[in-house]
Amino acid sequence: MNDIVLNVSNIGKHFGGLQALENVNLQIEAGKTHAIIGPNGAGKSTLLNVCVGRIKPDTGSVKFLGDNLTGRKPHEINQLGVARVFQTPEIFPELTLLRNVMVPAFAKREGAFKLNAFRKVDNEAEVRDEAEHILEDVGLKEQMNGLAGSLSRGDKRRLELAMCLIQHPKLLLLDEPTAGMSRHDTNRTIDLLRLIKERGMTKVIIEHDMHVVFSLADHISVLAQGQIIVEGSPDMVRGNARVQEAYLGGAHV
Amino acid sequence: MAQLWHRNDLLLMGVFTLAVLAMPLWLAPFGAGYPDLLQKLAIYGIFAIGFNILFGLTGYLSFGHAAFLGVGSYAAVWSFKLFTMNVLPAVLFGTLLAGVFAALIGFISLRRSGIYFSILTLAFAQMSYNLAYSVLTPITNGETGLQLTQSDPRIIDRLYVEATSGLPSTELFGLKMSGYPGFYFCAAILIIAFFFSVRIFNSPFGVKLLAIKSNQTRMGYTGYNTRPYLLVAFVISGMYAGLAGSLLAVTDPLAGAERMQWTASGEVVLMTILGGAGTLIGPLLGAGLIKYFENVFSAYNEAVLHQIFAMLPDWLQSAMVFVVNPFVGEGWHLTLGALFVLIVIFLPGGIMEGIRRLSSLVRRIIARSRRDGLQAA
Ligand SMILES: Nc1ncnc2c1ncn2[C@@H]1O[C@H](COP(=O)(O)OP(=O)(O)OP(=O)(O)O)[C@@H](O)[C@H]1O
Ligand SMILES: [Mg+2]
Repeated sequence: MNDIVLNVSNIGKHFGGLQALENVNLQIEAGKTHAIIGPNGAGKSTLLNVCVGRIKPDTGSVKFLGDNLTGRKPHEINQLGVARVFQTPEIFPELTLLRNVMVPAFAKREGAFKLNAFRKVDNEAEVRDEAEHILEDVGLKEQMNGLAGSLSRGDKRRLELAMCLIQHPKLLLLDEPTAGMSRHDTNRTIDLLRLIKERGMTKVIIEHDMHVVFSLADHISVLAQGQIIVEGSPDMVRGNARVQEAYLGGAHV
Repeated sequence: MAQLWHRNDLLLMGVFTLAVLAMPLWLAPFGAGYPDLLQKLAIYGIFAIGFNILFGLTGYLSFGHAAFLGVGSYAAVWSFKLFTMNVLPAVLFGTLLAGVFAALIGFISLRRSGIYFSILTLAFAQMSYNLAYSVLTPITNGETGLQLTQSDPRIIDRLYVEATSGLPSTELFGLKMSGYPGFYFCAAILIIAFFFSVRIFNSPFGVKLLAIKSNQTRMGYTGYNTRPYLLVAFVISGMYAGLAGSLLAVTDPLAGAERMQWTASGEVVLMTILGGAGTLIGPLLGAGLIKYFENVFSAYNEAVLHQIFAMLPDWLQSAMVFVVNPFVGEGWHLTLGALFVLIVIFLPGGIMEGIRRLSSLVRRIIARSRRDGLQAA
C-alpha cells in the first residue's frame, strides 16, 4: 500500500442555494497522478480552492501529510509543499518571465517572509540558473527576458507550470493545464508532466481533454453536481455508463 | 562573498553624486542656484524617493505621507529645544519617530488594499493634522507652530556654552547649517537616500514588492505572507518622509501643522507620478520640477507680468496679463493641476516615459537616415 499524500474527507460547500460540493471524499496516493473530470460547473475548481485555502468548506477537512489544511492561509499551505496552476493563469504580468520564475524560488528558499533588501537579484546565480533551466523545460527560454503579460494564454499556463515546478512541491494541483494550448504544446506539456511523474511528484489534475487525462492518469474521480459519482482506474471509468450519462454524450469518453 | 558593486551601479551612483554636488553650478542659469531653493529641491527629492519605494514598488497609494513629514519636523525641533542644536540627533529622532508612526498607521491601513487603503491613510493623516491643532498643542504649539525660544533647556549644549541673548542656529559640530553648508548637508543625505533606494530596487526584496504590485493573490499561493512585506515598505517610506521633515527643520527650525495637511500628501503623489512612479530617477525629477516651478511661478504677480510682456502693444499686453495672471502667484496650483492632467492623460508613465519615447524616436530617425544614406550610396 502507498502512503496517502492528500486526504479529503466529507467536504461540503454551498454558495447561496447552490450545493457546489457535497460530501466529497478523496485519497491521493504518493507518486500518483489523480485526475478529476466532470462537466462544467461540477465543482472541480471549487474542490481545489478548498485545498489551497481560497475557500473555507462548510463541512469536512483536508489533511496533507498529517497536517490539517482547512483554516490555513494560502501561503502556509504553499510552504507545506502544495503548489497550484489556476484555471485562469495567475502570473506576474508586469515582470519578465525569468523574474516570474525566480520569485517562487525565493519563496521556497527563504520562507514566507525574509528581509533581504541589500542583496542583489543579479547575484543570485543559483536561482537564476535553475529558473532558466525550468523555463527551458517548458519551452519558454527564448522569451525569458520578455514581459509575462504579453504571452498567449497557453504560454501563460506553461509559465505558471514553471513557477510551480521550481518549488519542487510535494503535491502539484493542476486546473486544466492544457486549456488554450495548441495540439503541439499540449503534447509537449504531457511529456513534461510524465517526466515530473517519473521523478515521483504527486499530482491532481483537472482536465476536459480526455487525451490528456488518459495519457497521464493513474486514477480518475468523476465529479458531477458536487458529488463523486464514479471512481477508479482509467479503464474502469472509460467504460462506465454513469460517466457517459453525466457528460450527456457531450464529450467522447 | 558576492561582488558588492557592479560597474553599472558604480556609474549610476557616480553620475548621480556629481550631478547633485554640482547642482549650484548647473541650476544657476535657471535662476535656481541659491541655497534656499537647492535645499528644498534636495529635501523634497528625498520625500519623493521614499514615497516611490511604497507606491512605485508595491502600488499601494498612500494619501497620508505628509503626516510623517510633519512628525519628522516636530521631532527635530524638539531635539533642538531639549538637547542640542546639532542636526545629527535631530535628523535621527525625526526619522525614527516617523518610522514608529508609520508602523502604527501602516499596521492598521494595510488591512485593506486599493482605494480603501488610500482612504485609511488619508484619514490618519487628517487626524494627526487636527490633533496637532487641538489636543496636542502642548507638543505642537498649535497654530503658532513649534519654535525655538531662549528658555529652551538644550541640556547638551548647556554643558559647553552659556545661553546667548539671540536664538542659536542649527549646526553640525560648529558648522552653521545656513547657506551652502546647509545645502551640502541635505545633498549628502539625498545621495545616501538614493543609494539605499537603488539597493532596494535591485534586491530580491524589491522584486518581491514588484510582484505584489503585479499580482498579490499569486504571491499568497506562491508561499509569501505579503502583509509584512508591505508593512516594511510602508515603514521605510515613512522614514524617508520623516527624514525629509527633519531636514526641513534643519534649514528652518520651525514646525507647523500645515506641513501635515492633505495637500502636502497630495503633492508628493503628484511629484512621483509626474516624474514616473516605479523608476529610480523619475520621482526626483518630479519633485525638482514642482518645487522649482512653484518657486518661479508663485513669485510672479501682475506687475512682473506687465514687465515681461512690456514689448507688446498695450492692448495685447493687457490681454496677455489677463490670461496668464490666474496661473501664477497664488494661482500656481492651477498650473500644477493642468500640468498633472496633461501628464496623466498623455504620458501616464510621467517624464521618464517621455524621455524613453523621445530616445527611441531619435534612435529610429538615426537608423532611418543611415539606411537612406546607404541606399543613396
Ligand atoms: N466563489 C463563488 N461564489 C459563488 N459561486 C461559485 C463560486 N465559485 C464557484 N461557484 C459556483 O459553483 C459551481 C461550481 O464551480 P466550479 O468552478 O468549481 O466548477 P468547475 O467544475 O471547475 O467547472 P469548469 O469545468 O467550468 O471549470 C458553479 O456553478 C459556480 O458558478
Ligand atoms: Mg473549473
